[in-house]
Order: sequence, then C-alpha cells, then structure tokens
Amino acid sequence: MVKYKIGVLFVSLLLLWPSITSHGFSEQIIQKGATGDDVIELQARLQYIGYYEGAIDGVYGWGTYWSVRNFQEAFELESIDGIVGQKTKDMLINATEYDEQYVKQQMYQNEDFNYYGGRQSNDASDSAPAPESETANEEQSTADGPQAVNVPEGFSQNDIQLMARAVYAEGRGEPYNGQVAIAAVIINRLDNPDFPDSISGIIYEPLAFEAVADGQINMQPNEEARQAVLDAVNGWDPSGGAIYYFNPDTATSDWIWSRPQIKRIGKHIFMK
Amino acid sequence: MFGWLRWVIYIILIIGMIGSIVWGYQEQQDKNALLIKAENNYQRAFHDLTYRMDQLNEKISTVLAMNAPNNISPQMADVWKITSEAKADVAQLPLSLMPFSETKQLLNQVGDFAYDVSIRNLSDEPLNEQELEALSQLQDESNKIKRQLRTVQNQVLSDGIRWMDIEASMVTNETRDDNVLKGLKQVEEQVGQFNGLDQLSQPNMNQSITLDGDDINKSDVETIVRDYFELNDQAELTVTETGDGSDIPIYNASFETDEVHGYSEVTQKGGHVLSYLLNRELGEASISLNEGMNVAEELLADLDFEQIEMVESIQYDQVGVYEFVHVHDNIYYYPDEIRVKVALDEGDVIGLTAREFILNERNREQLSLEPELTEDEALGYIHDQLDEQLTRLAVIENEEGEEVLTYEVLGTIDGTTYRVFINANDGFEERVDRLKQSEEVYQ
Repeated sequence: MVKYKIGVLFVSLLLLWPSITSHGFSEQIIQKGATGDDVIELQARLQYIGYYEGAIDGVYGWGTYWSVRNFQEAFELESIDGIVGQKTKDMLINATEYDEQYVKQQMYQNEDFNYYGGRQSNDASDSAPAPESETANEEQSTADGPQAVNVPEGFSQNDIQLMARAVYAEGRGEPYNGQVAIAAVIINRLDNPDFPDSISGIIYEPLAFEAVADGQINMQPNEEARQAVLDAVNGWDPSGGAIYYFNPDTATSDWIWSRPQIKRIGKHIFMK
Repeated sequence: MFGWLRWVIYIILIIGMIGSIVWGYQEQQDKNALLIKAENNYQRAFHDLTYRMDQLNEKISTVLAMNAPNNISPQMADVWKITSEAKADVAQLPLSLMPFSETKQLLNQVGDFAYDVSIRNLSDEPLNEQELEALSQLQDESNKIKRQLRTVQNQVLSDGIRWMDIEASMVTNETRDDNVLKGLKQVEEQVGQFNGLDQLSQPNMNQSITLDGDDINKSDVETIVRDYFELNDQAELTVTETGDGSDIPIYNASFETDEVHGYSEVTQKGGHVLSYLLNRELGEASISLNEGMNVAEELLADLDFEQIEMVESIQYDQVGVYEFVHVHDNIYYYPDEIRVKVALDEGDVIGLTAREFILNERNREQLSLEPELTEDEALGYIHDQLDEQLTRLAVIENEEGEEVLTYEVLGTIDGTTYRVFINANDGFEERVDRLKQSEEVYQ
C-alpha cells in the first residue's frame, strides 16, 4: 500500500517535472523575426526582470529586440546585438524564472497579463476561482494557436488573405512564378496613380479582374496562392513591374493589345 | 375509358405551367432588383464624378480671385480632397477596359499640386507667376471637362442610358454607338492635350540603366542557369525574352526538375542573375531563423556580393526572409537591397532577388558622403519623447526620389518603435516610419 502510494507520488512528480523546473530554451539561437515557444520564453523571462513591457506574443519584434539589447548591455555581455545565443540564455536562466504552463495559460486567456516578478500571487481573481477556470482554460488553450504572427510591412493578414483569393481565382493552374506575378501586379498598382490605393480597392475595381466579376474570388485559396502573395509582398516581382496582364486567348478588348508588353508567363501576358 | 386520366394529366400540366410562370416571374423580379441595385451604384458614382468636377472648377476659379493666404490654403486643401474623391468615383465606374488614364493622371497632378500649396506657408512663399499661370490654365481645362461631363450626364439622364449596358458592351468589345463612351473618350483626348501642369512638376528622372558586360544569347543563358542551379541535362529548361515594356532587357528561364519548379531572370547584358524563385513542397521548420541566416550569408558570399549586411529577418512559418543592404564606410545604402528566402525545413535557399542591388549599385553617381552634422547634432532634431536606441548613417530615397545621406535613428515611444531619418547635412526630418512587425491573430 505504501509502496503503491509512493509510486503514484513518483509518477505524478514526473508528470509535473517539466513545468516545475525552470525551463531551458531549446538549442536554437534566437534572433529578431523568429517566432515560437522560445520567443515566448524569452519575452516572459525578460518581463520577469522588467526589461520587457510589451505583450508576450511569441513574435520577436522590435520591442523584444530593444529589451534583449538593453539586457545584454546591463549584464555586460560581449556583443550587444539582439541575438540570443547560449551566453545570453544562460544569463537569463540564472536571473529569472519561467513557469511555462502558467505563462501560456495567461497568454491565451488574459490580454493584459504581466509576468513581472513571476506569478501574481496578490491577484485575487487568479487564485480564488482557480479550479473551474483552469479546466475551462485547458480546453481553450489546446484550441488556440499562436496569438500573433509576422506580417510584411504595410500589409495585414487579411490583405494577404484577400490577395491570395484573387491570385487563386485568377491564376490557379498557372506556374508558380505566374501566380507571384499576378500578386506583384496588384502591388505595383498600389503605387500607380491610375489605380485605387488599397488592396481591396484594386481587387474590387469594376472590370479589373475577371475572377472578381464572376464570383470566383470567393473560393478558398490554397497554400500555393498564399505563398505566392507572400513572395510578392516580400519583394519578388516576376512580372517585371507590370500593372496589367491578360489572357490572349480570351481577351476581347483591343485597347489591351496596345500596351507595351513585358513578358508572357503561362497563359498570361504582362504589360506596362 | 381513360378519359379521367387524361384530365388528371391536363390538370397537373396546367398546375406545373402556372407554377413555373410564377417562379419565373419571381426570378425575373429578383434579377431586376439586383440589376437595379448594381446600376444605381454606377449611376451614383458617375453623377458624383460630374458634380465633383464642377466643384473642382469652381474652387480653382475662386482661388484665382483670392489674395489672402489664409483663404487660399483651405481652398487648396479642399481641391486636394475633391480630386481624391473624384478619383474614388472613377475607380467605381466600369472604365478599366477603356483608356481613361490621362484623366486620372490629371486628377492626380492637380491633387499633388494642391496638397503642396496647401501645406506650404503662403505668407512667406506666395503663389508664384508660374503657379498662377498653371492655375488659370487649369481653370480653363477643368471648365472644358466640366462641360463635357455635364453634356454626357444630360444624355445619360435624358436617354436613360444604363451603365450596366456599357459595361456589358465593354466586356464583349462590341462597338456601341452611344454618346456616353464617345463623350468620355473626348474628355480623355482633351485632357491628353493639356500640359499646363507639366512645368510645375520636376522632370521625371528616368535615368537609363547601364550594366557592364557583353550581350549574351539564349544558349549562354541556358549554360548560366544550368550552372547556377546545378541542373542536369534532363531538367527541362525554357528561356524567353522580355518585350518592349521591360525597363531592361531580360531573359526569363524557367525549369522543372523532379522536386522543384524554378524561375530566374538573367540580364541580356552581362548575364547577371537578378532574381530567382524555387518552388517546392515545404515541410515543417526544423532549423532556426538564425541558421537560415547563415545559409543566406554563405550563398551571398559564394555569389561574390560584398560589403553587405543583414538589416531585417522575418520568419513566416517554415520560411525565413532576410533583407541585406549594401554597407560601405559604415553607411547603410537602403536602395541597394537583396532579399533572400530560405526554407527552414531543409535549410536551402529557395529565392533571391538582387535586382535593386545590381541595378542601383552600378548606377549610383558618387554622393558626397561626408555628413555635415555630427550624430549628436542630428539627434537634436528628433522628437523629445523618442527614446533613442540606435543611430547609424544611411542613404535613402527621399520623397522626390533622390538619394540623400541621413542619420537613421531607431527609437521608441511608449514601447512602439519608430525609425526616423534625419538629413545628415541640414537636419531635415526626411521620413518617420512606425515599425510594426507582428499582428495579432484575429479569431
């Protein structure tokens, strides 16, 4: 009987072990722009000792960058470069504590949570109704994905989603670079005075895109279309600076043929 | 004998017929309602447009009669607003398949001009002769446009012309004999001849791009590409040339191997590889963004890109994108940029674009690269609240599209990071950007 109890205790200790010990980062060197669990840990640890005031969101953005640099400077590390290597990690692990389970739970549930000094014990709402909220969180936190993602300068996730729809509707079945080129045309139009200055304005301009007129724009895009859009917003432009394109087999307008052509990719001809 | 059956069939048929007539009628009604809704949107946009051109004409002529700078500024701000509204109206009309760009450009020019005047201190710097001359020409021009549009509007109203019909005819490219399209084409031609504002805008510096090296032909490109991507002979390779519209002549090479679909651009002069993309199925990320950066740096070193430094790295799920710029004498040349895309599953480079780097670096005229201000002096020009974190010298393109030497100051206000460019010679605040890298996931 006693043996059995010890066994249970031992097993439950084992299960609890990872969350009790101060969690160590994974092997990777963390640098600005990274995402994931290591970044959550980094932000939480920096917040613990008051170097980071932003939200713990798992994206290594500018706010985290300055915190890391200030930390590196204050703790007299050799290079103050915002790159979190082994030395910075060791220093952080020595100086701070990290309760992964608690931080993640708070992250998914509580928008204004602050990890400064660790778990907030004086927070009454946190300790009293703990049992029920904990079970509720359990279900919720498994469903939750990341709280934030990287986006290219000047575009939101929804802009990218809308463009991916347009690219999918207009260019599915085209070679990949042809799809990137379609996305690039939309982006080139943003800076052109002849066209509206928003992604949605350009896509929904009457007669601008056939796939918008016939409703194909409402289909769910695939991953390839999304990648193509990301490449285009990140600076790839296989269209060669085009602001128009058309399919010569189905185009009916004479005017479209009069524009100077740049190149043909797949079924589409891209033009100035 | 089966007479009753016949009657039953008759009755069923009659009920069916009445049913389909009722159904068809309802469908017809629904369709008409939708058509009217769509048509009304077009009508609103068009009538709004004519109204705004009217307003524009009125405002411009009022400005011409004004003397007090305090009056002119708000009027010009109004002109700016009207032009941008008129542009939005044009964008809502089904005109994308007909040439209407001269008109849009004119609206744009007027808007830019009005904006510049409205933000300038007119007491110190009143409208000069040239600008007044341009304004009076613009008044004539906008008067003509207004009259033409009002005529077209009258025809739309009196003949009951529907924009939906115009749209349909444009899609099918049938020639329509109506006065609306003719009228709009006249407006476009009219505007095309007008050049009253050209004297105000700076000449567009379309400097020709010169590349070193000899012209290469298609088979050279094949060799270059096969060599560059280490393709074997089985890989299918297609090379095409660019047409007249391209700013520099390029060969496009696309190839297909078992794993990847590749695409690259090679200049016809010199055979420089400007950019490429390799597309394949990506797996889970297994290496870090940092390791990806080392891969990118190695590749760039292999390709003999020298004096470059990474300024930005971003991870998108299983892809890392890195931005490198040219750094010379501790000055960051932002226009000379290279972007590298690394797949974080297998750690290979799947995309590169060095177009800006290759074209700009080779075409830069020597700048005077000695800052006249010291770093501390430059910091005196930034906002008090900005908590400076990092300052360095950088060359950027300013609003006019010219390259200028600046101090790039990165700093924070209340946890938000800003990038401020202070001109290194006169302390002018060239540009302020709010830097944002992540976005909350909306669910």
